[in-house]
Amino acid sequence: MHACEPIAGLRSYGKGANRTILDCLFRPVWPGKAVFLPPRGPRAPAATFGRYSCVSGAVPLAADEKGLGIVTTASSADHPTRRDFLFVATGAVAAVGAAATVWPLVAQMNPDAATIAAGAPIEVDLTPIAEGQDIKVFWRGKPIYISHRTKKQIDEAQKVPLASLPDPQADSARVKPGHDQWLVVIGICTHLGCIPIAHEGSYDGFFCPCHGSQYDSSGRIRQGPAPSNLPVPPYTFVSDTKIQIG
Amino acid sequence: MSGPSDFQPTNPALKWIERRLPIMGLVHSSFVAYPTPRNLNYWWTFGAILSMMLGLQILTGVILAMHYTPHADLAFKSIELIVRDVNYGWLLRNMHACGASMFFFAVYIHMFRGLYYGSYKEPREILWILGVIIYLLMMATGFMGYVLPWGQMSFWGATVITNLFSAVPYFGESIVTLLWGGYAVGNPTLNRFFSLHYLLPFVIAGVVVLHVWALHVAGQNNPAGVEAKTEKDTVPFTPYATIKDAFGVSCFMLFFAWFIFYMPNYLGDADNYIPANPGVTPAHIVPEWYYLPFYAILRSIPNKLAGVVGMFGAIIILAFLPWLDNARTRSSKYRPLAKQFFWIFVVVCLGLGYLGSQPPEGIYVIAGRILTVLYFAYFLILLPLLSRIEKPRPVPNSIADDVLAKHGGKVASAIVALVVAGGLLVGGAQTARADDHGVSPPGNKWSFSGPMGKFDRGSLQRGLKVYKEVCSSCHGLSYVAFRNLAEAGGPGYSVAQASAFASEYKVKDGPDDKGEMFERAGRPADYFPSPFPNENAARAANGGAYPPDLSLITKARSYKRGFPMFLVDFFTQYQEQGPDYVTAVLQGYEDKPPAGVTLPEGSYYNKYFPGHAIKMPKPLNDGQVTFDDGAPATVAQYAKDVTTFLMWTAEPHMEARKRMGLQVFVFLILLTGLLYFTKKKVWANAH
Repeated sequence: MHACEPIAGLRSYGKGANRTILDCLFRPVWPGKAVFLPPRGPRAPAATFGRYSCVSGAVPLAADEKGLGIVTTASSADHPTRRDFLFVATGAVAAVGAAATVWPLVAQMNPDAATIAAGAPIEVDLTPIAEGQDIKVFWRGKPIYISHRTKKQIDEAQKVPLASLPDPQADSARVKPGHDQWLVVIGICTHLGCIPIAHEGSYDGFFCPCHGSQYDSSGRIRQGPAPSNLPVPPYTFVSDTKIQIG
Repeated sequence: MSGPSDFQPTNPALKWIERRLPIMGLVHSSFVAYPTPRNLNYWWTFGAILSMMLGLQILTGVILAMHYTPHADLAFKSIELIVRDVNYGWLLRNMHACGASMFFFAVYIHMFRGLYYGSYKEPREILWILGVIIYLLMMATGFMGYVLPWGQMSFWGATVITNLFSAVPYFGESIVTLLWGGYAVGNPTLNRFFSLHYLLPFVIAGVVVLHVWALHVAGQNNPAGVEAKTEKDTVPFTPYATIKDAFGVSCFMLFFAWFIFYMPNYLGDADNYIPANPGVTPAHIVPEWYYLPFYAILRSIPNKLAGVVGMFGAIIILAFLPWLDNARTRSSKYRPLAKQFFWIFVVVCLGLGYLGSQPPEGIYVIAGRILTVLYFAYFLILLPLLSRIEKPRPVPNSIADDVLAKHGGKVASAIVALVVAGGLLVGGAQTARADDHGVSPPGNKWSFSGPMGKFDRGSLQRGLKVYKEVCSSCHGLSYVAFRNLAEAGGPGYSVAQASAFASEYKVKDGPDDKGEMFERAGRPADYFPSPFPNENAARAANGGAYPPDLSLITKARSYKRGFPMFLVDFFTQYQEQGPDYVTAVLQGYEDKPPAGVTLPEGSYYNKYFPGHAIKMPKPLNDGQVTFDDGAPATVAQYAKDVTTFLMWTAEPHMEARKRMGLQVFVFLILLTGLLYFTKKKVWANAH
């Protein structure tokens, strides 16, 4: 008797279609004396390393006792049996069920409806912002600088040769046509995420105090460890004095 | 643990690990090669079911804790936000809440199985005691978990149970103050209950490891009560017990899914949908159904300390069972007297459960006392007596012999008896929830009832109009945001329509740069504004009565359905007690109270309102609201539509719930069928 077969009734261990995943992983040590469980009294500790003895395993002995013929699986390794199809089908359905069950458990971590609603577009009135002044608003948890640029700042921004920029981008690509004086950028330094200070630095733009990145009056990186320009959020002009961010 | 294992991994990487930490060997010897008696019946699958439920509760609980706020002012709303806004939040909440009930259902069956088959007897005494410890930890965990939503029942249940400790002589009051962290149940209590509720399931998991270890030392008991002697008596755990457990788990999941998707509030209490109010105690305080028998015992004993001792004693006495019953025959299958008294004991427990849900008056008190005496007599008198005087029938020689012998359909009849009895217990728990001072409202046909129920969009829109034009002058709807009007499964407005609807409202916002609050037009993200800034203002404007917020009103009200309706309700999925009540109250005004009834000053007579005296004047009159779609402008129509609308505000995701329920059921039936045939195939050689 093969006492260590994973699936009873498989007379030929590990052959062809009868191989199971357990066959691939474990090789039964044979034969050892079958140890009957449970014994009374104090137990020996669990298998110590290096000594394995056989635990009584799957034995379809009742077949013998009842005088029935031994049940054999398909001896050929070529075509799957009905039994295998059933096992595969059950396994597949169970796997699909497990995946379908896991999905909501993971998806619940995505932003919930209230968070998404709170991130809806906001309108900002530009009239209180004087020339040369800037304000900071929050949208989707991020600080956004809205600068009313002076003529000097606009000129400086437009005249910079693009080749000299670490992240080349024309000023016209960073503002809305006809609204050159308004700069709207996300105030998060592209280096490691600090908030740069406005109207600071050598370029009359932004200066990040954490590691010294300097941005110009168009929010483009000029100097310092930051790799790219301050990103421009999606926004539109609802009217000349009002923008909608988002 | 269970013995030396017999494998060697072939893969060199696995071999490397195995040499240093033989975990694969452990798993193999404990759950693959482990010899399992071949005559186990399906009552033995509940161990696996319980392990799965513990894992599921921990998993859903940890996830819910990502979104829950354990502060007295925020807890109730945070759970409503989980249900309404978090992706699949309604599903997670239902799984966890119904899961607790399922966990106890399974543990009671598991315990009764142990009682019947003598699984507590030598050499499994410690196994049994560890089980009692797990049970106690489960009760503590369940109690604290129920407090977390901070509803009326949460708060008052916490008050009652923590007050139990005041029965301790001398130190009682100090102990209670220590537990509360204050002068009454309050925010400190909630915070510490949250922390402990998170902790205890992992303690339970640890004790479960000990429990399984103790089990594997002795080996499993079996229906014959005869220990395994030869290898003919056992089969390896995998695949035999594994597949049988899988099938059992799948059947259990079907039962579980019925509650999650179709009857999520059946086992709960409508009062817990009312936010906790320390100034108002609910008319009937009842614990959850799984505590009812012990609640009955507590109330049966008229002395405070003795009642508390009796209640805890009723649980602790289980730990002494191996010594109270030392009959040599293990299984009640072969003990005819013990078997009969066992079933009487089951009836006693169910009876105590039923009584725990009834008001402590009249015959219920007497019955409670009798059953309490019987409960303790079973353990203290009957079992010791039986072990002396009973003549058991001869047990089979071995497990193999037991398998070969024929066994009848006793298991089937036991299941039927259990289902009926369980239904009675649960139904009993239903009845207490209603206030018995009202007349039962008539049942109605609702478009959203039943497994395929859907909200009638037109009805929802008309109901919104009724709310806006009639109810909103006094009643808030603060859990509903304008954006919800555009969500699937709701009134079916577009996002633009919802925005336009929102902009008609003025909403307070601020402070502005001057530090002042200001008003602005509503936006989709805003919630329906309440008519009064706070409760005091609401009471002052309404003769001292507080018009409740209507967001959850259809889930916060119920009425008793009586026997046998509550059993029928379980199968027909009747969950519409709340809507039936609300629509009845709206239409239940009568101009003149019946003869002999005097109403307090400022009240009106209502047929269905508990106590019949309601402070709200008749809100609906014919012709009050005109509908654009030509629906009749009658009170009946208004009541029906606004109730439908309020059912949607109480549960915006109902349609998604029922739709997913259908998919889950189809899937589970398919899986159960496949597992059944797989089990039969695997076991074909073992019988």
